[in-house]
Order: sequence, then C-alpha cells, then structure tokens
Amino acid sequence: MEKFDTIVVGAGLAGLAAAYTLAAQGLEVLVIEKGDYPGAKNVTGGRIYVNPVREYFPDLWAKAPLERFIAKEGVTMMAGERSLSVNYCGEELRQEPYQSYSILRGKFDRWLGKQAERKGAMLVTKSRVDEVMLEDGKVTGVRAAGDELHADVVIACDGVLSLVAEKAGLRSPGKVKDHAVGFKEVIELDPALIENRFGLEDQEGAAHLFMGEVTRGKFGGGFLYTNKDSLSLGVVVGIHDLMEGLPAVPAPQLLDDFKQRPEIARLIKDGNVVEYSAHVIPEGGYRALGKFFGNGILIAGDAAGLAMNIGVTVRGMEYALASGYLAAQAVLKAREREDFSAQGLSIYEKLLQESFVLKDFANFKDAPAVLENPRFFGHYPELVGNMMRDVYSVPAGSKDRLYPTIKSYLGFREMWAMVGDARKVMKI
Amino acid sequence: MSEIMGLKAKLGLDVFKHDSEPHILIKPGMEKDPRLKKAILVCPAGLYSENAQGEVELTIDGCLECGTCRLACGTGVLDWNYPFGGTGVQFRFG
Repeated sequence: MEKFDTIVVGAGLAGLAAAYTLAAQGLEVLVIEKGDYPGAKNVTGGRIYVNPVREYFPDLWAKAPLERFIAKEGVTMMAGERSLSVNYCGEELRQEPYQSYSILRGKFDRWLGKQAERKGAMLVTKSRVDEVMLEDGKVTGVRAAGDELHADVVIACDGVLSLVAEKAGLRSPGKVKDHAVGFKEVIELDPALIENRFGLEDQEGAAHLFMGEVTRGKFGGGFLYTNKDSLSLGVVVGIHDLMEGLPAVPAPQLLDDFKQRPEIARLIKDGNVVEYSAHVIPEGGYRALGKFFGNGILIAGDAAGLAMNIGVTVRGMEYALASGYLAAQAVLKAREREDFSAQGLSIYEKLLQESFVLKDFANFKDAPAVLENPRFFGHYPELVGNMMRDVYSVPAGSKDRLYPTIKSYLGFREMWAMVGDARKVMKI
Repeated sequence: MSEIMGLKAKLGLDVFKHDSEPHILIKPGMEKDPRLKKAILVCPAGLYSENAQGEVELTIDGCLECGTCRLACGTGVLDWNYPFGGTGVQFRFG
C-alpha cells in the first residue's frame, strides 16, 4: 500500500496549483491525470486574468507559455442581419504587467505540470480514478488503474462534473440550470494576418464577445480570442436553454452559423481549423456552490463550481489556480495540527472567503439571475440593430430627423421594460 | 463565405485514442426515454440520433467528454464515465 501526504485528482489548473504549492513545501504529492498529459482533457474559451493570482505564484508568470496579452476588448450585439460593436482600447491594457492573456490549455497545463514536477510533485498520467476509498466516513485514498493509493488528504480537482466529489458523497450530479456548454474551434492563421485583421502589434491580442443571434436568443454568447498563430472561436450556451429553448437548434449548428456570419467569416478567412473541442462550464454562481471540503477531502476549481459569468467577463481559470493554492494552504495548516478531518480542513473555506475567490462570488451573487433575462439575448440586439439601421440609412427622399427615429423604438412600454431591466442590471 | 466543414471532418481533426469499451452507455430499456432525446440537440459532437423505431442511439467515437449529456439527460438513463486512462480525446490545443 502506497501512502502519500496528498493525492490530487486531475492535472488541470486547480490540481497543478495545489501540487506545485505543496511540493514546494516538501510534501509528497501525487497527481493523477487520466489524459496522456496535463491539459489533454482540458478546454478553455481562451483568456486568463493574471492579476488576482500573480502573488500566489510570483515565479511562474515570467516564463509561462501564454499566447497574446489582451490589448483590445470588444463586444458585439448581433441581430439577425446586422450587428453593433463596441471596442475598447486603453493604455493600461498595453502596460506591463498585463492584465490578461489568451491561452491554450494543451500548452499551458503541460508546462505547469512540468513546473510542479520540478518542485517535486509526482505526476501519473493515463490513469483514471475509479473509486474513492472511505474508512469510517473519512476519505483515505483512491483506486486508480487497479492500484490502491492512500493519502492524508485527497484534493478533488477533476473538473466540473467531479465524479470524485460525487463518489465521496459530497455532491450529487449538477443541475442542468447551473451549467453551460462551450464548444470551440482553434483556427490556425498567419500571425501577420491576425495582427492585420485585428489591428494589433506584435504580442498584442484581442478578445471579443458576441451576444444575440449567435445563440438564437438563448442564454450565452460567442467568443473570439487571438492566440499567437491561431484564433479560438466558439459558442457558450446554457444547457437548459439549448434543450428547451426555441427555436430548437443543435449545438454544432450554432457554431457553424456563427462562422458564416460576414462579421466573422472575413476574420477567419484562409484559416485552417486544427481542433474542435467542447466542455461543460459551471455557471450557477454563488447560490449553486456546494461543499468545499469533507473528512479527508478538499474540492477545488470547476469541481467546486468556481467559474463565473457576469456578462462582460467569463472567468474560471483564476479561481481554479487560487482555490488550488488555498487548498494547499489548508493542507499545510491541517498538517500542523495533524487533523485532516472535516473540522481540520474547514480552514479551506475560511481561506476562500478571505480571498478574492468567494468575495467575487458574493459580490456577483445576483449575476446569474439577472443574465437569465432572455431580452438580452434576443430583443436588445435586434432593437439596437434596427435603430442603427435607421440612423445610418439615407433613403432616396428626405431623411427623417434622428430624434423621432430613435424615439419610435422607445415607446412607453419599451422604456418601462428597459428601466426594469436596468434596475436588475444594477445588482451586478 | 467560408465553406461549412462537416462535423465528422471536424472531429477527424482531433486526436482520439481508442478505448476498449464505450465509456457512456444508454441504460437498457431507456432507449425511448424522453430524457434521452435531449442529447440529440445538446451534444456538441452530434453523437446522439434517433432511429426509425424512435430509439435514441449513441455513437461513442468522436466523444469530446464535455459532460453535457450527463447533465441534460441524467444518470437515470445514461451510464456515464470518463474513458479509461490514456484513451479518448487528447486535446493538443484545448
């Protein structure tokens, strides 16, 4: 029987952050990953914000294989036949340390795995955890590929579905309402073409979100990130809306149609699709968070529901890195007292509460309910699109005055509804 | 306008390593369960389809292991697991 100080299930950002931190303190850490290498099963839309986690890993960022720093932010309201975009450029986005980067997990996680190994963590790939071993209600280890592996504490970092937390009795299969699915293509494109099409300098990147027609009015949106020599183009849509919403459209068709939009087609022209990927995303926010710890077990990253959509930003990777780091801190504290019971590990939740992680979740606890509003995904994109059409059109005869043109769209009922929506948005 | 690439061709770009047995199974007797029909719409790889008898069929080759069907259909109709270690999709970019 092999015994480790800590077993980490899953070599994603949460798991590797935990392993890196614990191994650096001299603990014997085993990371079990079912893919061929860290990142083999991991998918991101494409952007990581570094500021919140910079101090947790001060040595890591200088050499991290990130793609481009995001110097341009954009959002597009996409109607059926027209769209309105807002682009934001700011000097602060172009100054070091850069706030966010586009990222590909196949590259990044593999590199982070090497850093954790360099600190002394043991990484076993191609190995699936099949069972969680319990003794008198305490998690004592896992069974993977037929081997029984024991540890003082197991950290479940096995992603959004977390079968490990489920097997440990800490959660049930998630609710469909609390999850979205993202699917994307990585499209290889000459860096010079990327910079030309998006108006970027060398190393600079663009991030763009799309809402409206891209999901046929369903909860979600499209995204486009520029990598070094590729684009990440995809769609995120609420699974419940995808199942029940009208019109009923198969998921893959949403992305195909998105690519056909003239706004997108010209950006990806002559690019080569090199990969198609998909993953579920936790989006239930604060109210959907479950247990973070149990007897002999901690849960971090997507496995703990730590991803958040507030409309303008969709974040998960910083929460994964931070919760992995804080889980490691909790293990170190529990070790001092030699108490790996739920009581001894409860410090983890306290650390999460004191950090930006649960502060963010509490601050944005109303975001999921506010964003559920279908008007954001159908009505408003069409409304502003039509308004813009009339503002810009010059007919053969005389053109109507601008104010009455706009006002025709903003009748009493519309204004009343807008005020109502605005009041809800003010909760975000 | 760019050409539309078929789903099969798109999945053909991904690296898959064959598993000895399918990691997701429709529970016997559940083939016509309405819960299962949701998978046809939501699967990003389009692996679920309905046959002439009104039964839902699943082709596991090309599974991206995203987890959507487990949430949409539930574990009442699906026996759902990840593929055996070292098999299934291996994302190079992710």
